Amino acid sequence: MSGAIIELDGVTKSYGGVVANHAVSLTVERGSITGLIGPNGSGKTTLFNSIVGYHPIDSGSIRFEGQEISRLRVQEIARLGLLRTFQATRIYGKMNCMQNMLISIPHRKARLRDMFAREDGEVAEKAERLLAFVGLYEKRHLRSGSLSFGQQKLLEFAMALMNEPTVLLLDEPTAGINPTLINGLLDRLKRANLEFGITLFIIEHNMRVIMNTASKIYCMAHGEMLAQGEPGEIQRDQRVIDAYLGAN
Amino acid sequence: MNLVSRQTLPYLLILTAGVFAPFLFRDYSNEIAVLWLMIVFASTWDILGGQMGYNSLGNIFFFGAGMYICAIVQIGLYYDVGMYTSGARTTHIVFTTAQYFTGFALGTVAAAIGAAALAVVAGWIVLALRGPYFAIGTLGIAIAAAELISSWEWVGAASGISMPVFPFGPATQKLFFYFLLFVLAFVLLVFLRWLYSTNFGLALNAIRDDEQKAEAMGLHTRRYKRTAWAISAVFLGISGAIFGNMTGFIEPRDIAFPTTTFNIFMVIMVLLGGKGTLWGPVIGAVVFHTIKEVTWTYFLGWQFVALGLLIVVTIVYFQQGIVGWLMERYPGLFKAAPKGEPEPALGVALAPHAEGAE
Repeated sequence: MSGAIIELDGVTKSYGGVVANHAVSLTVERGSITGLIGPNGSGKTTLFNSIVGYHPIDSGSIRFEGQEISRLRVQEIARLGLLRTFQATRIYGKMNCMQNMLISIPHRKARLRDMFAREDGEVAEKAERLLAFVGLYEKRHLRSGSLSFGQQKLLEFAMALMNEPTVLLLDEPTAGINPTLINGLLDRLKRANLEFGITLFIIEHNMRVIMNTASKIYCMAHGEMLAQGEPGEIQRDQRVIDAYLGAN
Repeated sequence: MNLVSRQTLPYLLILTAGVFAPFLFRDYSNEIAVLWLMIVFASTWDILGGQMGYNSLGNIFFFGAGMYICAIVQIGLYYDVGMYTSGARTTHIVFTTAQYFTGFALGTVAAAIGAAALAVVAGWIVLALRGPYFAIGTLGIAIAAAELISSWEWVGAASGISMPVFPFGPATQKLFFYFLLFVLAFVLLVFLRWLYSTNFGLALNAIRDDEQKAEAMGLHTRRYKRTAWAISAVFLGISGAIFGNMTGFIEPRDIAFPTTTFNIFMVIMVLLGGKGTLWGPVIGAVVFHTIKEVTWTYFLGWQFVALGLLIVVTIVYFQQGIVGWLMERYPGLFKAAPKGEPEPALGVALAPHAEGAE
């Protein structure tokens, strides 16, 4: 398998009569940061949902580390090490930050008796380290639902890292975060990629962010793959500019 | 306070109260025995309803199932069940002391295992439902069970089963069943304290807060949900086995599967005490049971009006329950002091820190 870790080939998904994704093909290289952009309603989130098994696809194939995963369920795919975060941040709101982290341990290794294990020592230290990594260490005993939206996004990111994924799919990680926090998040995304070796596949509307982080960018429009290339190429691509300005 | 940690203090109090109560309040020992049963009801309901966010209206199913499984084993070990329950039977059947206790012990074990197995099977179907659909689905199971038993001649149908008679006098009988229910409730509370401190407790809370997120994180949600229900079922099954022998006569609608009394009491006790907490259901059970006994004694005829009123008031005005209200009012009392360092003061905790990067 060359360097590809995720390979999509002709993925089609429609809701009733509406075709959300039509024959979408793409590859994400192992260890890379890959971007996915496109106007609202172009089918980006649908594609993410297809990849992580949220709904069955109509046709095409999705391979993760060479294994066909388009028939697997959400939990099974997550346990393979392919994880996603949500556009509308999702955390366990009534639990505190540490508890959110402790239940996010990788479950692929979980045996039956691990259901009744108590996580302390190493695991708790790791949770604290990751909370410090995203800057939430001081708030680790606070109810996570009481955090600000931006902090909840950071917590969700830390939870994803706790899970030790091979690939992390991020759905608009900077949406709704204030501009000062964005730089911090950007920095952490890059470090997660470099230091932890996690492949990142990111949906993003903030062009400055995606152009500065991704090495390769795919652009979707009307459910189809419109263009692909390096950030520079994408920025100059007339089709992409038209799509964003609504010319077609 | 140093000799006894804050965690073990309630257990010592309960142990003391439980052991001495039947001797101090001899006339009320049956009522107090039922109180332990109510604590078992409330605490097992809270495993799903409070900790996991799945409001079951059919937990009574496991109570009744345990009761019947135990009865069938107790009788079936020594006699033909169909003959024993037959209305045409004229012979008088007596169980020896050894037969009684062997049957009761084996029956209770069978009730625990059987109830757990039923929870796994029923859970296969209804735990896929969420919210009100789960509540209605479980209620359907309990009602169906009552109807099924009511028309099943082999187990006595609607006319029920007269249980084997306790081999010793009434005073011994009272104490015997009192202590069985007390020990069951105590073991349950110790068990739950441990359970909620493990990954299991975290997983149940995660499912309650956002089940889809838990799935997306790869949590074995179905495994946890089924196991949680099976744990409830084990304790309810045992309690049914004990209660059936305590009353001496069992029948499907009012004793084994009382969907409109015990079944609803479970829910209201937890709501009253505070759901999703270890002690809320216990406090709820004590308050509820006291109110219930008082209205039964002094306002006979109006007792269900009083209980209905209590339910309405709790649900409309007091959803967080007694413990929930205390936690809101006096958060300092409930602060779980983390090991090592003290909790940061609120002012410090809210100081901007996450924004500090770059």
